[in-house]
Amino acid sequence: MTSLTTDRDDGTSVHRPGPSSRPARIDVVTVLGLLVAVGAALPLAFLLVRAREVGWSRSLEIATSDRALELLVDTTLLAVAVTAACLVIAVPLAWLTVRTDLPGRRAWTVLSALPLAIPTYVGGYTFVSALGPRGLVQGWLEPLGVDRLPEIYGFPGAWMVLTLFSYPYVLLPVRAALRRLDPSLEEASRTLGHGRLSTFVRVVVPQLRPAMTSGALLVALYALSDFGAVALLRFDSFTRVIFVQQRVSFDVSIAAVYGLMLVALTVAVLGLEQWTRGREQYHRLHGGGARLARTVHLGPWRWVAVAACAVLVLVALVLPLGVIVYWLQRGMSAGEPLRLTTDLVWGSVRASALGALGAVVAAWPIATLSVRRPGRLSRLVERLSWSGYALPGVVVALSLVYFGARYLPALYQTMWMLVFAYVVLFLPQAVGAIRSSMLQVTPSLEEASRLLGAGPFETFRRISVPLVRPGLTAGGMLVFLTCMKELPATLLLAPTGYSTLATQVYNATVEAFFARAAAPALALVVLAALPMAVLVLRENERELRPPTAQAEEETAEVGESVVR
Amino acid sequence: MRPWKLLVALLAAVSLLAAACGDDDGDDDAGTDTSSETTAEDASSTDALTVYSGRSEELVGPLLEQFTEETGIEVEVRYGDTAEMASLILTEGDNSPADVYYGQDAGALGALSNAGRLVELDDAILDLVPEGLRSADGTWVGTSGRSRVVVYNTDELAEEDLPDSILEYTDPEWSGRIGWAPTNGSFQAFVTALRVAEGEDAAREWLEGIVANDPVTFDGNSAIVEAVANGEVEVGFVNHYYLYRYLAEDADYPAANYLFPSDDPGGLVNVAGAGVLDTSDQQDEATQLVEFLLSEEAQRYFADETYEIPLVEGVEPAEGVPSVSEINIPDIDLGRIDDLEGTLALLTDVGAL
Repeated sequence: MTSLTTDRDDGTSVHRPGPSSRPARIDVVTVLGLLVAVGAALPLAFLLVRAREVGWSRSLEIATSDRALELLVDTTLLAVAVTAACLVIAVPLAWLTVRTDLPGRRAWTVLSALPLAIPTYVGGYTFVSALGPRGLVQGWLEPLGVDRLPEIYGFPGAWMVLTLFSYPYVLLPVRAALRRLDPSLEEASRTLGHGRLSTFVRVVVPQLRPAMTSGALLVALYALSDFGAVALLRFDSFTRVIFVQQRVSFDVSIAAVYGLMLVALTVAVLGLEQWTRGREQYHRLHGGGARLARTVHLGPWRWVAVAACAVLVLVALVLPLGVIVYWLQRGMSAGEPLRLTTDLVWGSVRASALGALGAVVAAWPIATLSVRRPGRLSRLVERLSWSGYALPGVVVALSLVYFGARYLPALYQTMWMLVFAYVVLFLPQAVGAIRSSMLQVTPSLEEASRLLGAGPFETFRRISVPLVRPGLTAGGMLVFLTCMKELPATLLLAPTGYSTLATQVYNATVEAFFARAAAPALALVVLAALPMAVLVLRENERELRPPTAQAEEETAEVGESVVR
Repeated sequence: MRPWKLLVALLAAVSLLAAACGDDDGDDDAGTDTSSETTAEDASSTDALTVYSGRSEELVGPLLEQFTEETGIEVEVRYGDTAEMASLILTEGDNSPADVYYGQDAGALGALSNAGRLVELDDAILDLVPEGLRSADGTWVGTSGRSRVVVYNTDELAEEDLPDSILEYTDPEWSGRIGWAPTNGSFQAFVTALRVAEGEDAAREWLEGIVANDPVTFDGNSAIVEAVANGEVEVGFVNHYYLYRYLAEDADYPAANYLFPSDDPGGLVNVAGAGVLDTSDQQDEATQLVEFLLSEEAQRYFADETYEIPLVEGVEPAEGVPSVSEINIPDIDLGRIDDLEGTLALLTDVGAL
């Protein structure tokens, strides 16, 4: 127990690292963090190089044009709307699947997380072919006299598609946080006379807040950079306009300025997040067993809850899979080749696994800095690490082409370059997951290990890593899944001739051979979903052996080995 | 838990090893792979020809494999979008690994040519293709042609209901019945050609007239063809060859192409084409590949497999597709169709983008 821990009157305990508690010092973690941040900032550097070619006054002119401001407003609105909708869907869903006696809870737990495995360019397509004017659904309704469905193109469609396929970014961390809450805090609150609702608001929500904000941040910035949904649903966000600009004019000036505006928007969002994050940290005070909190009985409400879950899973999972299977069957009956080879699967899995590994390794120092040494430097590093995530993939890819071909020709168009691109693109997903795991770990265990004579490396291996393992696994899994879906950077940076399932889907759909795209698309979704399904199931099944208890045993062992 | 962890660790170790050794065989065509010693990891590949292709593997993959079979020259192909592959070469600068650029429209070829990135080809190659379907300065050559057409719904319309000029679609009678794809490269090439042929004002007037007719916007040609067939719109501005794929799948597909008379800007012909990069260290092999694309065999492939217009005399197009002697060969240099900046500004200005 550190002296900085104070008990608040509402039964939670708050660890406040004061400004003087940890003097800023340059050490390994800081250096590593800075290195990673420099890598992550390459796209930004590229945009600045390009904007300088245009000339600053012309850039400013573009940035303040009516068109640019309109884009800024529209893109911001989209990000805000998607984030709000994701929170509204995900937080109740997390609570239902963790804390209540929802019928079929285990199945819903897994199914509700899986839409994340569906790429928006597939999800958006299925959405349009089902709900578009004169699409499948309209065909079913035709006999009922419906001859036109309401317009889905533009904002509403893009908003729905982005929400449906990205809410698990909020769901997963909130669910993990709910599971790991120490029920004794809530019990203490109840003992001290607070009602259920007041306890929820004053004790549970503050503890979920880090998970909610980190999930919301992933969603908001994903909405800024995603191309699939806005392209298919024809909504002009920055990303779509940048893409069109780069496609049709080889002068990338406007695209570069818009890219910089997107970075500015990202910085604003991150500032907002910083402001809501607060300075408080919560972690267990002792190795008290993490008992699961008492299950809430829903009573008759449970059927309403089941219906809501069913609708969500139907629209976000069954519908897209159904459309893919429809095309698969149509292609097979037309005698189309399946276009699915082990090479393709292996190509996808290998690149994505490496990307996940790289992202987790790179995220560790950034998360450590952010949790353990909050300050100006760590804030800067963390923000830089976001810049690649919020930019369109094509911009990030071209920036790495620019620097790679010029300064690292030996690595250019190798697997390393592609993996590096994945890390730059998806680093924040790993940082977020590791960070929220770290927040729940008390530093005193590591301190104890050091006091007992273990070196920094041994402490890292035996204490730090096991404690944060849930975050490492979750972060790695998220990045793996996102890499599986990634398209623009893979097309531009992979070794020449290297194919993945995603590039195969692209190759077929770009020529509108949807039947030929079906098999790789299905394989892509299944493979991306697999690790997540396993992870979610394990989380669900795991005998909750609190990591803190493990760490205490380890610490004890460290002590013994020193005594020996 | 333990075995799962072991699996992940193993997978990671194996992939790392594989990546480090770089035994990449990017060939995803089961069975036909003659296990070559070339590695995709090797950026400075000196033994395989590197092609950046804006035409998809679905379309030209088999053709490039034929080239290897015939000449023994290994080919590494990077597939992507036509404009993006050109951007890629421009961004790479002097260190570009590409030997051949193979693109879907003349505009991207023109952009590379203007940047001085393509070398001049031999007259023997250039002369295989009619003038106007290759660059005026001899830096790239068209390999297959695509005509702009209007696709129409055969349940709703007959050929005689259609105007014989694209300019007449601004008539209010077409309100709500047109499908178009203003973001599509082929459409934009047509608008650029319209600006060159009829003048800026006429092009603007035409676009404003179409916008006033409330057209339905699509992202690509095939989406338009499908929308025409299922009645969402009645006519659409597309390239000619998409329809034939649907007809191949279903002979009663309720759509047909209307070919404009040869003097109408609506019937613009654009080409896919290829050029050899100035940074290539294998210019002879690269030239061989360009030559191969103009061989009778390749031209026949374009006619029968992609339903495009073969550009070399003596190869018949597929049924229903116009031949090279029947089409309106533009008297403007197709390479000039890279002034997309102006087209884009115009499209944005009239509210089409």
